[in-house]
This record gives sequence, structure tokens and C-alpha cells, in this order.
Amino acid sequence: MLEVIDLHVNYGGITALRGINLTIEENQIVTLIGANGAGKSSTLRSIMGLVPKSKGQVLYKGEDFTNLPTKDIVGRGIAMVPEGRRVFADLTVEENLILGAYTRSDHKAVANDIKSVYDTFPRLQERSWQKAGTLSGGEQQMLAVGRALMVNPKILMMDEPSLGLAPLLVKDIFDIIELLRQRGNTILLVEQNARKALEIADYAYVLETGQLVLEGPGKTLLEDQRVQEAYLGVAR
Amino acid sequence: MGDVSIFLQHMTNGVSLGSLYALIAIGYTMVYGILRLINFAHGDIFMLGVYLTYYGVTYTSLPWWLVFLLAPLLTGIIGILLERVAYKPLRGSARITILISAIGASFLLQNLGIVIFGGRPRAFPVPQMLNHVVRVGGVSINFVTFIIPAVTILLLLGLTYFTTKTKTGLAMRALSKDYETASLMGIDINRIISITFFMGSFLAAIGGILWGSRYPQLMPLMGSMPGLKSFIAAVVGGIGNITGAVIGGFILGLGEIMLVAFLPRLSGYRDAFAFVLLIIILLVKPSGLMGDKVTEKV
Ligand SMILES: Nc1ncnc2c1ncn2[C@@H]1O[C@H](COP(=O)(O)OP(=O)(O)OP(=O)(O)O)[C@@H](O)[C@H]1O
Ligand SMILES: [Mg+2]
Repeated sequence: MLEVIDLHVNYGGITALRGINLTIEENQIVTLIGANGAGKSSTLRSIMGLVPKSKGQVLYKGEDFTNLPTKDIVGRGIAMVPEGRRVFADLTVEENLILGAYTRSDHKAVANDIKSVYDTFPRLQERSWQKAGTLSGGEQQMLAVGRALMVNPKILMMDEPSLGLAPLLVKDIFDIIELLRQRGNTILLVEQNARKALEIADYAYVLETGQLVLEGPGKTLLEDQRVQEAYLGVAR
Repeated sequence: MGDVSIFLQHMTNGVSLGSLYALIAIGYTMVYGILRLINFAHGDIFMLGVYLTYYGVTYTSLPWWLVFLLAPLLTGIIGILLERVAYKPLRGSARITILISAIGASFLLQNLGIVIFGGRPRAFPVPQMLNHVVRVGGVSINFVTFIIPAVTILLLLGLTYFTTKTKTGLAMRALSKDYETASLMGIDINRIISITFFMGSFLAAIGGILWGSRYPQLMPLMGSMPGLKSFIAAVVGGIGNITGAVIGGFILGLGEIMLVAFLPRLSGYRDAFAFVLLIIILLVKPSGLMGDKVTEKV
């Protein structure tokens, strides 16, 4: 469904990605794990067109997305929850959700989707008129996820959605990811919490300093000795 | 005439001048909010708005009210073109580069004005309907003086509705805080920037028409001083903040009129008032009255 071919990204003189290949099948949860600075965010951001690709291709259902502007990528149904939530602090919760649906003109369906985001995250409904900046970190993360869902995305890319959340909330977020998959979404998940990510992932990629070093079904990587030592804290 | 009525007369004048500053200041503040750019050519856009109106009323057979509407629309389009030509190609460049381009655009517009419109002052064709004296109580006041705040309030209500209730308005507010996340919402950044320039230039042109109706002398450099003072109004209110720009405009207008009225010996320092106010604000609250964070120095 989504194919990333030989992706290279440079920031000035710094090379962040040196040839990444990813394949994401419909209705799968695919995860990308790696240490700080490995290039996980760079991968997602360049797929979205937020940072320029110095080489490589992105194909979505056979269509070339490589040089499409971000707004059109979003318009075709790829949404991203950015690292660090990035909710619009001065806007209310509801206004944040309305902006999530910016590319859509089906008002009735949008109103329904706002309702269903509120059903998924009842806390957001209680705070719908509150400025997003006044929400707690966990609530902001829910809002960031809800806002991305308002795109009505076919593919949802999430950059460290569990970062900085209490264990109970981390569980909630992962439950929601599985729920989304059951509803037919496709998910590309970037996580520091490698164990949880690998547990729910159909397929996983391991990124080290801009290169893929390992890939395979999530369960298989959980058993892999190198992964266990480097990312799961299992002593040899 | 008692003291009260004299005071009321000054009050009205001050509110009226303040409205004009507010209308121009909004353009500065909206553009700054989106691009972090001080659009030095904004005062000259104001000047263009006045001249377009002058030519429309004087040289076409269109009714004046239609010209008063068409000229701001045209000025808005000029604002869009200004951004496309002078700022868009430099997007992503160092701030100082874009700032120099803004100063250049300002000089260009002023000198084009001198070449095309001529340096000789012209008289603004004030419609009969606006140009008569009304007496309220013991006070006699030019009718435009009332019209100016009324038009300003209507426009402010419209602007408030736009920024709080429409999707485009929300997108504008989102964009002013976080470009990248705004584009992740699918917002077309170029479109929002164009709309911002259109609205700022439109309001400046309306301000220009009202200005011309009140002070009916037109010159190609007439945008400089009102432009500068309105910029100060925007800074005093907290640049980037629309409410702040309006408050700053009123403080400046009222202050200036009251200074001349009650300290006539200082009336020669009329223009200095704005600068003194600017210095005080920068010392006491550099982010401006409504600004929440300290803005970067330009
Ligand atoms: N805007 C930028 N300018 C310069 N270098 C950057 C920029 N963004 C990222 N980098 C560099 O690119 C490399 C990859 O960064 P990236 O943010 O993709 O890593 P990451 O895997 O998401 O890390 P983390 O887990 O800390 O979020 C790092 O070396 C980083 O310093
Ligand atoms: Mg990252």
C-alpha cells in the first residue's frame, strides 16, 4: 500500500537517512524502532513532505508521492501524529479537531467523526471548550491522536505517541492503536517503547544511524538476540 | 460651550484618529503573526489605496460608494502581488534579507507613486454625504469623524468572526503558531499567506479612504508617517495580536490628540508622542500590552 524506496535525507551537511526501504501493507501495524537520533522522525517527516528527500521514492497505491506537497499527501489520506504532540495551544480542543478535518468538506461526516473521537476519548469531550494548552500531557496526546483521526486517514503515522506518558496511559494508547487497526486503519508506529511496539506489530524495522539493520515480523524480532540486547534491555 | 463639550470633541477626534491607526496596525500585526516579518511597505499600500480611490472617483463615472469598495479590493490584490514578488521568493532566507526586501519594496512603491501620481499634492474627493458638520449638544463635529469609528467597529466585528468562527480563520491562527503542524492538517500555507496579505491591505485601504476623507491631501509619501505610527501601535499592543493592535491604535490616536489639546505648548511634539510611547513600552513591557512572549528583535 505504502512503499518507501531507497530514501535519503540530508540536513545541510548531516546525513540523517542513507537509503531506507519500507513496505507497509493495508491494515497492518508496522513499527519502526531505533535509538535516539537513528532517523525515525526523519523517515516519517520526509514521507509527509515536511523535509526534502535528497534521493528515493515514496509510492502510495502505485501513485508517486515523492514530490507531492504535504497538504496533498494529507488530502489523499495519510495523517501524522507529530513527535511531542504539537497541539495548537491557543485553540480549543474542538477547534483543534476541526482543523484536523481541514481537507474535508463532508460536514456531516466530520461532525460524526468529532463525536466518535469524543467517544474514544471521553476526557476530550469534557474539555472541548478548553484551550488545548491547558490540557495535561496525556490529554494533549489524546488530542493529537484525535486530531490526526479527523483526517479520516487510510494510513496513520505516529511518532512516539507514548512518550512521557504514565504506564496506564501508555497502555491506553496501545489499546487505541489496536482498535484503529480493527477498524481498518493502517498504522506506521515509531516507538522508543520497543517491547510494546513489537508486541502489537505485524512487521517491524530496526533503524540504526540512518540505515535499516534488521526487519521481520514483530514477534520474530522480540525473540531476536540483538534486538533483545539493544532495545529490550535483556542481558546476554 | 462648556469644558465637557470641548473634552467630548477631543475625545471624538482621538477615537477617530485611533480607529485609523488601528485599521492600519491590523495589517502589520497579521502579517507579522504569520511570517514574523515587518512589512515595511504596508504604509505605502495604504497610500496606494487612497490614490486608487482618488483616480476611481475623479476619472471614472462609477458612483463614489462603489469606488470606495472596489479600491480596497484592488489594493488587497496588490498586497497579494507584493508578497508574491518581494517576500515569497525569499521564504526560508535569513530574516534580515526579507526585511531588506520589505524596505526596498517600500521605496519602490513610494518612488513609483512619485513617478506615476506626481509629487504635487492632490485633493481627495470627499463625498458630500460625509463632508458636513453636525452639531451634537454644544459640539460641532465633522460627520466623517463619527463614520470612522463606526466603520472600524463593523470591520473589527467581521474580522473577529472570521478569525474565530471560520475554518480559514482557524487555519490562520494555527499557522501563526506552528507552520509544520499546520501543514500536517492539510492547510495550504500559500493560500493562507495570500489571504492574510489581502485582508491587511484591504483594511489599510479602507483606513486610507477614511483618512483621505478626514485629511484630504494626497501625496505619494503620505503613507510613511501613518504607517510608522500604526506599526508602533502594533508593537505597543503586542505585535502578532489583533486585539493588541486595535488597543495600541486607540492609545496612540487618543494620546496624540489629547497632547495637542491639553498641552498646546507641546503640540510641536505631536509626532514624537508615538516614539516616546514606543520607547516606554520597549523598556517596560517589550512584548507589548497583549503580547504573551518576548518577540525576537528585528
Ligand atoms: N532539522 C534538523 N537539522 C539538522 N539535523 C537534524 C534535523 N532534524 C534531525 N536532525 C539530525 O538527523 C538525525 C536523525 O534525527 P531524527 O529526529 O530523525 O531521529 P529520531 O530517530 O527521531 O530520534 P529521537 O528518538 O530522539 O526522536 C539526528 O542526528 C539529528 O540530529
Ligand atoms: Mg524522533
